[in-house]
Parts: sequence; structure tokens; C-alpha cells
Amino acid sequence: MGQKIEQDLQRFRKLVRGKVKSDLSKYISRGEMIGKKGKDYVSIPLPSINLPQFRYGKKNSGGVGVGPGQPGQPLTQPQDGEGEPQAGDSPGGHILEVDLTMEELADIFGEELALPRIEPRGKKNVVTEKDKYTSIRSVGPESLRHFKRTFKRALQRQISAGSYDPLAPTVIPVREDKRYRAWKEVPKPDSVACVIYMMDVSGSMTDEQKEIVRIESFWIDTWIKRHYQGVETVYIIHDATAQEVDEHTFYNTRESGGTKISSAYELCNKIIDSRYPPSQWNVYAFHFSDGDNWGDDVPKCTELLSNTIIPKLNLFGYGQVESPYGSGEFYDHVHELVGDHENVVVSRIPDREAILGSIKEFLKTGR
Amino acid sequence: MSLGFYNTHLPPHLRVLKDEIEGFARDFGLDFYETIFEVVDADDLNEIAAYGGFPTRYPHWSFGMQYEELKKGYEYGLSKIYEMVINNDPCYAYLMRCNHTVDQKLVMAHVYGHCDFFKNNAYFVHTTRKMMDEIANHAARIRHFVERFGEDEVESFMDRCMSIDDLIDIHSVAIKRRDDHPKYDFSPQATSEDSAEENTAPRFKAKPYMADYINPRGALKSEDEENKKATTARAAKFPEHPEKDVLLFLIEHAPMKNWQRDMLSIIRDEAYYFYPQGQTKILNEGWASFWHSTIMTQKVLDPSEVIDYADHHSGTMATSGRRLNPYKVGIELLRDVERRWNMGQFGAEWENCDDMDKKRTWDKKLGLGRQKIFEVRKIHSDITFIDTFLTPEFCKEYNLFSFNYQDPTKNYVIESREFQKVKQRLLFSLTNFGKPWIYVIDGNHRNRGELLLRHEHQGVDLKVDEARDVLANLQYIWSRPVHLETIGDGQSTVLSFDGTDHTQQATGGSDDANRKTAAKAR
Repeated sequence: MGQKIEQDLQRFRKLVRGKVKSDLSKYISRGEMIGKKGKDYVSIPLPSINLPQFRYGKKNSGGVGVGPGQPGQPLTQPQDGEGEPQAGDSPGGHILEVDLTMEELADIFGEELALPRIEPRGKKNVVTEKDKYTSIRSVGPESLRHFKRTFKRALQRQISAGSYDPLAPTVIPVREDKRYRAWKEVPKPDSVACVIYMMDVSGSMTDEQKEIVRIESFWIDTWIKRHYQGVETVYIIHDATAQEVDEHTFYNTRESGGTKISSAYELCNKIIDSRYPPSQWNVYAFHFSDGDNWGDDVPKCTELLSNTIIPKLNLFGYGQVESPYGSGEFYDHVHELVGDHENVVVSRIPDREAILGSIKEFLKTGR
Repeated sequence: MSLGFYNTHLPPHLRVLKDEIEGFARDFGLDFYETIFEVVDADDLNEIAAYGGFPTRYPHWSFGMQYEELKKGYEYGLSKIYEMVINNDPCYAYLMRCNHTVDQKLVMAHVYGHCDFFKNNAYFVHTTRKMMDEIANHAARIRHFVERFGEDEVESFMDRCMSIDDLIDIHSVAIKRRDDHPKYDFSPQATSEDSAEENTAPRFKAKPYMADYINPRGALKSEDEENKKATTARAAKFPEHPEKDVLLFLIEHAPMKNWQRDMLSIIRDEAYYFYPQGQTKILNEGWASFWHSTIMTQKVLDPSEVIDYADHHSGTMATSGRRLNPYKVGIELLRDVERRWNMGQFGAEWENCDDMDKKRTWDKKLGLGRQKIFEVRKIHSDITFIDTFLTPEFCKEYNLFSFNYQDPTKNYVIESREFQKVKQRLLFSLTNFGKPWIYVIDGNHRNRGELLLRHEHQGVDLKVDEARDVLANLQYIWSRPVHLETIGDGQSTVLSFDGTDHTQQATGGSDDANRKTAAKAR
């Protein structure tokens, strides 16, 4: 039905989030619905806006209820209602919050940071064709007859033939008057994406820094997932050598030893070539490091990046966390690439406060 | 009516059911407009329900808010709309596509109960039966305003209108308190302009040379003066009687732009359309439930469906917590009435009988029950229904109690199980929908064009902070300062808003009684 309500719903959500300047903000209340999920009670947030009206206050107010209880016994739950306390149906024990759905979360987040929507690349992702009614033709099945056009044609014909009588406005279409809707097959992009996260786990990366990486990659993940139907994630950790790991290991490994960034890039390149050919995938790669690299390795890294990896990617992001040990010089080397490649972003993340800004840096390109 | 691209017509097996159930309903004596069932998906049902049952409404966030609640409730499996029916000719009712056949049967039988009620109940007599079209027209008009004046402007005015949309006079449709005024004529009413003419006494037709004799000047002058005095006396009282229909008063007298006036009148029209449904909630739902249970259990229920039916019926009748369920109270009270009138347990003889044993076995086999409940559905609203038929026995059997708010503990506490007390609380909560009574007293207060309202205090104080915000909205519409007389903590006060500041002023008497004696003393 086209969901006209969707507009009202969006408007309401904007009002609740304070996205629209409005006098209503003081009437917003954060209600909740109590639901059940398996054995647990969950609280489903349900904000509402109550317009002021002439109402009775609580004093001397009352009502009628049903059930057991002696006069003088309090109804278990004091309510702020209009004499309609809803007693006894609130479950005891702990209540979990049901968070927003991931999509809702991503939308709020995107709005908050004013992120542009990601444009999936090219036509390469076309997998399905969809019929869309775009034009009119004079032959077709009756079920597709365009009533209004047919009527107009018939009316035109009758008026010009003089057989139209305004007092008895009967319009009878003949075969030639009939118009039918016609369709066109339009490609429906069914985009898929792959996100590759690389992290330096050498001795110089502390737990705090990993936490920063974790938070940042979570948000990036959320945002990219919002825009693609199927998103695959690859995690690579490296010190002097690189290996592909699962998510848990990615965030919980601490290695010691040296750093050879090129090892990660090589692995990344190999994975892209074998599993995510850029002709079919939107590939994203994010690399987090403290910027400390083994000196001789740097030329190899930049070489790998600019000639091999970056051309295959939608976006390459390099995030550098501040380390008490590292020199942080790798940042400058990647930064040099920004001029030549428009799909490269670099960002420094000195502390947690900077995460938001850094995410914005990464995603503002809308690639 | 088309709800979009997919088919909302009844599939064949439901059409057969519909004809069958409609036949049974008519056999039982139900009388309804033609009823059209639309089959829709859950999402669409939620949307329609959010729009108050109408597929097209004007744009407003409040519908989005409703929708979100329904949608989340449905998605998390907490609530599900079973039935949705519109008071219209023909009646429209919606069925959820994914419901099981037994549910569809139940809903159809229930819907016929509602349709019969809409057509026959006295309180619905004045409602428009082409509301489907009217509401769509309202939507078109408001969308037009949105295009012309901007979303924010229209929305903020709409918010103000909605904050006062309960200030109507629900009895005015049945009692003519004044002459009709054409709905879409916004030109100022003739009276004030014509009054100058009215003031002059009638001149008799006369030839010029006879004029002084036929219309003597002295007499004319004194008559004119008298007339003038009378009009000023009348003008001093404006409106002449306290006006409960505050919306109408504003529409007629507030200095609004035409589109604003139109919007306010739309809000008012819709409020008048919807109020009988609030006024007969218990009786209407009780009546529909009575019939779905009668038709289902006596006619259409298949043996294999009994368990599902019983489950869903009891789900509808269940009391959540200790809140009164209108379905339950309605159906049980109607059954009680039917039983009493079947057995002759009414009238002076029954009332005056003190012999409990005799009362217990009282059965005169009159069989008047069915006839009686049809009469009840024709002439009663919730208030008169409860007032007439609630019995102490019923209160006891269904465990009703009254509760009130205790200031010291900040909690609602069970107050009593006494019949009188329960009945009084129940009637109070139904009177004027449990909302305060507000009247326009003076549209030219202090002779400065200010608006004076009065809250008719009936034992419960207003919620003052909210009342202030409403006053601000009224002030915006009236454009001159607005005052509200009320009583707070036994002290009569006047709340005022002049466009920038809220003020609150005590006005003498410490409570109602004192006020009266003070007036007498003067």
C-alpha cells in the first residue's frame, strides 16, 4: 500500500530524536513495552509524545479495577496515569533492554555523523532483473488495462465523433481506445561487499588500543552492512608474519615481536584475488596499527598498496592508534598516497574520544 | 476501495463463511449496513489501525507513533489486532490475511455485532455515515495546506488543535442549544453587523408630510435607547450561556487565518465522529462479544476448532492485571441482563424482596431477556448502561473494587468494595470520558477581548502544568490573554497566560462552600 504511514513514522522518529526543531521535546516520554524473549523479560523501548490536554491530576483521583485484594492494599505499581494504573502485570526480576535493530542503529549513527550513503560500484553487481511498469502501449492483457488512459481516449473519441452526451455521460471504450501498462526490465543491483580488517598485534599494541580498534571496526561494520545485502568479513592479524583469524582471535590476540606490515598486505592481496575478485565484490580494507614498522619494509608496503591493492578496493582506510612505544612514522608514508588515490583515507586515533571523528573521516567519502 | 496493488477481496472460502455468518446474524435479529471485508497483511492492518481505521488520513506524526507501538507489539508477539471495523455505510472491516479460519469466523461474527450497534444505537444516530469519504477529503485539504504553508507551520498548528480536541460538547448533537451554522461559511456571523439596524425601532410606512405623526420622534428615540440597552446587556454576556463546545466558539470567534479555521473545524468534525465510540466502549464491545460468542458456539463453530476458539475468546476477555476489560464487563453485564429479564429478576417486586432464599430461586420464566438486551443496545451508552444495570451481586461476583490515589504514599490503593463506591468511581471515570469539564464563560473578559474559561470542579483538581501548556495553545489561537478559573487544593484560582508569562492568582474563597456563603453575604 505504499506505506503512507512511513512518512508519519519518520517524522515521529525525527521528533523523538530531536532532529527537528520543535516545541514538542518536553512532551516526549520514554516508555517501554514488556515482552518475553525465551525465558527472559525484555524491555522494548517505546518513546511517545503526549500532547498536553486538560486532564485530572492524581490527587483525589481513582478508578475501578478487578481482582483480589483488601481495601487499603496498595496496587503494586504506582503509575503516573490518568486513573488507569496497570497493576500486577509487571514481571519481577531483571529486565533486559532490547536494543534498536542494527538498521535503526546504523541510521541514527549515519544521521548523527552526517555520513553520505555508500554508492555501490558500477553495474557489476547486477544479479537480478526486475519488471517495472514505466510506459503505456495499446495492446496487452486486460489485467494491465490502464483505466484512466483508456477512459480518456474513449472520451476523446466520443467527443470528436459527437456521440458524447453530457446529460448521459456514458463512455464506452472500443478496442482502439484501450491502453495497457507496459513494463521494462530494469537491472536490480544486488550488491555484495567484503570488509577486510587488518590489525597490528605486535608487542607495542596495548589492550586499550585494541579496544579502540574494536569499537571503531564495529561501527564501520554496522554502517557498511546497512548498505549491502551480503557482507563478508575477513580478519587479518600480523606482527612479522600475517595470518587470517576469526573475529574472536582478532580482538583477543596479543603477540610480541617485530612488525612487518607488508606481510599483512600480501595476505590481503592474496585473499582478494582468490576469494573476492573486485569485479564481483565491493571490497573494503581497513588497517589499524600503531605506525611502527620495520624500516626496510616500508618501500615494499607502499609499493604493494599503490600498485596492487588500492586499485582493487572501494576504500582503503588506515587508522593509526597512538602508542607509547611506536614512532608512528608509517602514518606519513600512507598519507603520501592520499594525493594519488582518491580511495585512500588516513586517520589518527589518539584516544577513545577520537573514534567518532575517525569513523567520520573513513566513511565520509561515501564510497 | 483499493488499498494498493494487491488483492484485498475475500478469497472464496471466506466469502462462503461471510455469507453464512451474515445469514446467522440476520436470523438472530441483528440489523446492519452492508459490510465489506478487506483482507490485508499485518503491516497494513497496523497502518490502518494507526490511522483510526481509515486508509487515508492527514499526515501527522501521532499516527506514526501509534503505528510504531502497534508494529513493535506485533513484531515482538505482544499484541495483535484481531478486528477493525469502521462506522460507515457500508461498514468496512478488516481481516488479517495470516489468521486462521477459526479466527476469521470469530472476527466476522464480532464485526456483525459492531455493525448492528453502529446502525442502531442512539448515540451513533448523528454520526456521518460517509466518513470514509469525509476523512479522505480532510486529508486532501490538509495536504494542500502543507504544500502551501509548509510542513512545520501546519504541523505545529495541528499540534495545538490536537491538544484541545477534547473540548467539545458531546451532547450538542442531540440537544439543539442554538441554531445551526453552516459548516464551511467562515464569514463573520451576521448578528454583530446587523445589530445597528436592530437597534432602531421599526418605522411605519408614511408619506413625508405625515411622517412626524405616524412615527413620532420622541417615542422612536426612547424605543431606540431601550433597544440599545438591551443589546449592550446581551453583548456583555458573550457567549450568552457558558459554552462547552470550546472548539466551536474558537472557530466562530477567534481571529484565525482561513486555513487554520478550516483545520480546527476538521479536528472538531472528526472529534464529533469518534466520540460515540468512546462513549459506548463497554456496551459496544460487550454487544459484539456477546454475538460472536453466541453465533460461534451455537452455529458456525466446527468441533475441531473448539479449543482454538476458546483460547482466543478467553484471551480477549482476560483481564490484564487488575485493569477493567471493557469486553469482559460488557459481555458479562449483558448476559446478566438477559438472565435477569428471562427470569423476571427486576422491577419493584424483586427489589423489595428481602428473602434471600426466595431470591436465589427466583424464576418467573418470562423469557424477556433477548428483547431486553436489544432495547439496551438501542438506547444506552456506557454511563446509562452501568447506572441502570450494575448490581451489587455483579460487583461481588466479578470482584470489582474502587481505588484511589493516596498522597502520602504516592500510590494507588484499593479503596473499597462497596457497591455504591465502586459504581460512583466507575461512572465518574466514564463521565465526559474522565476528562475535566471546561466551559467558555466570557469571550470579552474585562472588556479587553480576553478569553475566560472555567473548569467546572467536580472533586478532582486539574494537572496544573499540563493545563498551563494547553492555555498557551489556546492563547495562540485566541491571540489575546486567556484565563482559566479552577480550584486547586480547595482554593479557587485563575490560571492566566498572556502570550509571554503564566500567572496564577487566588481568588478569595477557600473552597466551594465558602465561596457560596461569601456570595450570599455580599
